[in-house]
Amino acid sequence: MTAATAAPRGDWAGLVRRGLVHAVVVAMALVWMTPTVGLLVSSFRPASEVARSGWWAAFEPPFAFTLQNYERVLTANNLGDSLVNSLLVSVPATAIPMMVAAFAAFAFAWMRFPGRDALFLVVVALLIVPLQMTLIPVLRLYNQLGLTGSLLGIWLAHTGYGLPFAIYLLRNFFAALPREMLESAYVDGASPVTVFFRLVLPTSVPALASLAIFQFLWVWNDLLVALIYLGGRPAVAPLTVTVANLVNSLGQNWQLLTAAAFVSMLPPLAVFFALQRYFVRGILAGSVKG
Amino acid sequence: MDRLAQALVALVLVPLATAAYVVLAERALSLLPQRRREQARPWLWLAPGLALLVVFLVYPSLQTAALSVFDAGSTAFVGLQNYAWLLGDQQFLVTLRNNLLWLVVFTGVTVLLGLTAAALADRVRYEGVVRAVLFLPMAISFVAAGVIWRFVYDFQPAGAPQTGVLNALLSAVVPGFEPQAWLVNEPWNNFAIIAAAVWTWTGFCMVVLSAALKGVPVELLEAARVDGATEWQVFRRVVLPMIAPTLGVVTTTMLIFALKAFDLVYVMTNGNYGTEVLANRMYKELFNVQDFGRASAIAVLLFMAILPIMALNLRRFRAQEREGR
Repeated sequence: MTAATAAPRGDWAGLVRRGLVHAVVVAMALVWMTPTVGLLVSSFRPASEVARSGWWAAFEPPFAFTLQNYERVLTANNLGDSLVNSLLVSVPATAIPMMVAAFAAFAFAWMRFPGRDALFLVVVALLIVPLQMTLIPVLRLYNQLGLTGSLLGIWLAHTGYGLPFAIYLLRNFFAALPREMLESAYVDGASPVTVFFRLVLPTSVPALASLAIFQFLWVWNDLLVALIYLGGRPAVAPLTVTVANLVNSLGQNWQLLTAAAFVSMLPPLAVFFALQRYFVRGILAGSVKG
Repeated sequence: MDRLAQALVALVLVPLATAAYVVLAERALSLLPQRRREQARPWLWLAPGLALLVVFLVYPSLQTAALSVFDAGSTAFVGLQNYAWLLGDQQFLVTLRNNLLWLVVFTGVTVLLGLTAAALADRVRYEGVVRAVLFLPMAISFVAAGVIWRFVYDFQPAGAPQTGVLNALLSAVVPGFEPQAWLVNEPWNNFAIIAAAVWTWTGFCMVVLSAALKGVPVELLEAARVDGATEWQVFRRVVLPMIAPTLGVVTTTMLIFALKAFDLVYVMTNGNYGTEVLANRMYKELFNVQDFGRASAIAVLLFMAILPIMALNLRRFRAQEREGR
């Protein structure tokens, strides 16, 4: 509790006000949880039950829960393959921009050259550019180079799109490192490469972690870039594309659809829970990818 | 598995390639005299990043702007014809209206709810839990969120037991309530989709605003309270001005997102029943109609709508940079 919102209490009105605060907060939390809980519960119910009653009825007898839905979506609906595809897309598409951005960020933070600040401003300004402004020309380029539907193509695309935010985030962090630390290393005869790999990177782990999580979640949850560059080929489709297609083909089969959605949610939720601290820190760094 | 091999190769090759690039770059640099070396070095470090930015962001944007004044197959120059056609198209005007709805309603509600949640949760001990619960939807994809909310809005004919939470709740609470097809009834279906987006992004607003609230100096608040101000006055006169910059950042972020909304609409209605937004219309023009001129024009319009919002952000960004020196 901070002083920004604390109030002097001790009287009846104060008590009512406090009760109201609790009521509103708890109500909001419940409202926020309900949709996800509904999804989770439905994914364990058999088809007959899902069509007949709302998911809250699952808590009354007869209790009918099943793992069949998960079995079915993982095998028959291609979700197992899509899970692998999502990994194959997300991991490199996180690692590559991090490395490229780290080099550029180090140059922006600790090297002097004419036009440095102006160029950095331009890079940050590129955060504005919506994906849509780049889709057609890049797609054409990919068609010419035969990169459409390839993993390399989507890795490079996500790298390009992710660079403005990554460079911005890392450069701000690098620039805040103590000058003495770097200067004493240079005085001792270290080269910029050594300083970068042995000094800057190890001390920047929090920022790198934030960036990694941000980029990973962004790529894992992305639909548009995958739709455009992976071309809807089921063989390479990641989870988002597959589940989106299932919405059309499975229609009212909520027991399957909810299971599929939950499978797609698990990895990012796991990452999020394990590393929430870094994720929040990345957001508070002052800019958000969009 | 061919893809697995590809990925393994990538995971090994990429670090190797990076290391090789750095080593080669430094070798090349050592061939130069000292002064030249220091001049050239930054550019070598920047080169991969700058190259990718140009290839994926700068050059394509210019090309798209150019394509927007050509015809569908990008062969004949047609001037502003694509734009004129779009602005005369009834469906497109509905699309613009929808984006306006998103801009106003989505931004307003998320920021308001986020601020409320941040201010109220600040006063309870279980603030961390509440924040996690509200923030959780940010971790999942919009595809999953779309499925979740389609399920919430599910509709069964009157008389049959309802499977969607909203219809069931309203049927139980409101006498004589007729189950609604929330995603079909125009124009309210727009608000239904926006609600799903609000559910996803309120947590973000709450987290950022919560950090800002905790940064308000205690002394200022104590001074105001000692002077006899009510809590509401303290909030309005002391707290709000202090968190105004953060409110600005959060609001502009939400505004930009509202303009770019695609995934939710794609999954929940695919733009049918009058719910189309700019990003979806562009996708359809690109892949269904295959009219590159029109699709590019839509992209340019989207960009132009975002520019004024971002200009505000950049101005503040530069002010911050100047202060920080």
